Amino acid sequence: MRIKSEKLGVGRRKFLKVAASAATGLVVGFYVPWGARVFAGKTKEPEDDVFAPNAFVKIAPDNTVTIVSKHSEGGQGIYTGLATIVAEELDADWCQIRVEPAPADRDRYKNLQFGSQATGGSNSIANSYDQYRRAGATARAMMVDAAARRWLVASNEITVERGVVKHPLSGRQASFGDLAHDSAAMRIPEQVTLKDPTTFKLIGAPHLPRLDGKEKTRGTAVFAIDFVLSDMVTALVARPPRFGAIVKSFDATAARAVPGVVDVAQISTGVAVVAKSFPAARRGRDVVRIEWDESQAEQRGTPEFLAEYRSLLEQSGAVARRDGDCAQALSRAARALSATFEFPFLAHATMEPLSAVVRLAATQCDIWTGDWGISGVQDDAARITGLKPQQIQIHSLYGGGSFGRRGSGASEAVEIAKAIGGRAPVKLFWTREEDMRGDTYRPMYLHKLTAGLDEQDNLVAWHHRIVGQSLLGSDPDWIKNGVDITSVAGASNIPYDIPNILVDLHSPVLGVPVDQWRSVGNSHTSFAVETFLDDVAYAAGRDPYQLRRALLAKDPRSKPILELPAPDGMRPGLFAKFPRDRKVLELAAEKAGWGTPMPPGQGRGLAVHYSFRSSLAYVAEVTVSSKGALKVDRVVCAADCGVAINPDVIRAQVEGGVGFGLGAILYGAITLKSGKVEQSNFHDYRLLRMNEMPKVEVHIMPSTEPPTGIGESAVPPIGPAVSNAIFAATGKRLRALPLNPVA
Amino acid sequence: MPTSLVLNGRRVTLDTPPDVPLLWAIRENAGLMGTKYGCGMALCGACTVHVDGAPTRSCVTPVNSVAGKSVTTIEGASGPVARAVQSAWEKLDVVQCGYCQSGQIMSAIALLEQKPSPTDPDIDAAMSGNICRCATYMRIRAAIHEAAQIRKMSRADQK
Repeated sequence: MRIKSEKLGVGRRKFLKVAASAATGLVVGFYVPWGARVFAGKTKEPEDDVFAPNAFVKIAPDNTVTIVSKHSEGGQGIYTGLATIVAEELDADWCQIRVEPAPADRDRYKNLQFGSQATGGSNSIANSYDQYRRAGATARAMMVDAAARRWLVASNEITVERGVVKHPLSGRQASFGDLAHDSAAMRIPEQVTLKDPTTFKLIGAPHLPRLDGKEKTRGTAVFAIDFVLSDMVTALVARPPRFGAIVKSFDATAARAVPGVVDVAQISTGVAVVAKSFPAARRGRDVVRIEWDESQAEQRGTPEFLAEYRSLLEQSGAVARRDGDCAQALSRAARALSATFEFPFLAHATMEPLSAVVRLAATQCDIWTGDWGISGVQDDAARITGLKPQQIQIHSLYGGGSFGRRGSGASEAVEIAKAIGGRAPVKLFWTREEDMRGDTYRPMYLHKLTAGLDEQDNLVAWHHRIVGQSLLGSDPDWIKNGVDITSVAGASNIPYDIPNILVDLHSPVLGVPVDQWRSVGNSHTSFAVETFLDDVAYAAGRDPYQLRRALLAKDPRSKPILELPAPDGMRPGLFAKFPRDRKVLELAAEKAGWGTPMPPGQGRGLAVHYSFRSSLAYVAEVTVSSKGALKVDRVVCAADCGVAINPDVIRAQVEGGVGFGLGAILYGAITLKSGKVEQSNFHDYRLLRMNEMPKVEVHIMPSTEPPTGIGESAVPPIGPAVSNAIFAATGKRLRALPLNPVA
Repeated sequence: MPTSLVLNGRRVTLDTPPDVPLLWAIRENAGLMGTKYGCGMALCGACTVHVDGAPTRSCVTPVNSVAGKSVTTIEGASGPVARAVQSAWEKLDVVQCGYCQSGQIMSAIALLEQKPSPTDPDIDAAMSGNICRCATYMRIRAAIHEAAQIRKMSRADQK
């Protein structure tokens, strides 16, 4: 449905309203303070227009309420989450709620923490909570005013409940749909009152059905890989054998001879073969003969990287955290213990490989994608095509998993569409092998930890050194004192009360492309910190749970920290609000029956970790057979992520985070030999399977605090909890991941 | 050379080279997109369909090998077991990204057609070939048990 709209001369109002045709009803959105003026609808504004409409709610005469999601849905449940927030303030009935993805428009739909239209960092709910609440509350207030005017009663005599606006004194009532047209003519309230969180009905409801559940169960959900246009062609790209290699020359004679192949074209990442079907494109791709220029390519492999990293591990790095004087404390300690850890490259291995459909015309480029970096896709497409950003239309589709993989992969499809002169719409398709060998990986890291204990076995010194590639490169907004916060997140901000702490970092430059991977730095730092803390507990003869409780007795902000470089925007969230970490630890321990005896061959391990502004603690129970076979039986999880918008989605994310993290520590490893990735598919890059999934119990800490992340926060604690459980069962400490390398 | 088969109950002729995997004939020739590509090597189960009722990895099944046979995809999943499975899936909100779920559901339907009350080891055996990167396994297991229960109740009603 096209929305007919008109500009409103409302000036600097905080909320915008869209006067719409009777057919479309009320549209309300929240206007971000630094915008200039408001206007409405989906009509395209002139390029120099400063009007910035942010429509988030549409109420139609057919009584449907459509929430516009500024975030991409890749399984994390964000459509359901954003809709719940609006529906709550609107007092809507869940059955009338629909969701549609926002178009590309960074002014209206930017992530308020990123400043661009993008999904990531587990901040989708956090950055939208206030915005979407206000959008819902505003729509509700205007419908109440419309009803008051229609019934000639006072607004404050009107109630709204489950999608029905009522005047109890007179018994009159109307549906949202009935009021949609009238509501659009109401004044936009300057201020709205948001609900007291203790009165929430939909937010926190034990189970609201996911809005994407039915489509995904019936096979009708459309992913980019499924999207079809008439006359569309399919493209595969022959990619370089080593990272950094470029095409020197190619011979497409054989490829062009494959029936169904319609074109072969060089693009920045390789040679694209365009065909009428996937099988034809693949056949053609396999027979393109390419001579690669490998002069700038990464030729080293994992053994060479390990050697370099091991040498760096013995040298001082950039200081990421300094409390007290760690070197002096270690030299005076009664005893010290030390351990090194190895973490491999990891692939994202989303079930849907990257895909996108692009239709390029003279003045418009349409992109259908599950990418999460909408502004990035738009900018890249504008740069590649020479069109203006507003001529790039992005149609968000479901992403078949992301985990950090879906940045702006659609750009390659735009290149191909341009290379064939826009003759036909192009579907870009990555095979599993391309995806496995051409991912942007979780970097490989080495860690060395050294702890000092005094005569009474108190932990007095903690030195943590990390070696691994920087994700953020050299961006001065992000790199502080030579420290990439993403390399040390979860290590430099440990909450434990240790008088002398030193965390330092080396960021060697490799030719292997790397990027965010679900939980980013926390995916390795948590493992090192939480397993080494168990070593300390064992050495000191302390119970690992009681030691952590004691080390979490004080607010980490209350002690002087000499150095802790971090981007300004991240400073407020470096530590959990005290005493959240300790509380989740206690909850998990209590629910798991920490301290009760385990039979021989079984063990229980615990870990607590704060990331993405949420605190999670896991207790894992494992069985190790006499032959050494490991089974993770049960994981008890406690999570504090602020107010729980959708408790069932949070549980799902924690269950999934456990499985995702467990697969990684058991099997995950991308290795390189002479610059070539050795893995190619799920036989040699193993993921967790049904028979390996533990029972997961999730306990959510009641809270009325603003919501924080969960998708990523759910991953870090599982690795160390399982490793600690294995240690408890066997006395063996495993510090090189994965625990069960695929032979 | 075209291949004739029964697809979701309808006789169709798919005009593809005979060795093209059934997956691509289903997706590109029949235009049914519910069946997914995941690995192309029968490693992940995202492409699972039923061939004469048996769960089959369509990504490694040449289309000419199913000539004359009955192929069912997620779009054609029907009957009491399929309904029970899909209803249990929705009730328990199994899905996350959803990409693997067509294959999971087709494997689950085939399991329940064979074993109306599967045990956990039965579920492990039947479902371990289907990867879910979101790791929704716990809910898949619960939904299979739930579907078995739904069927049991409905059979009891019919008695």
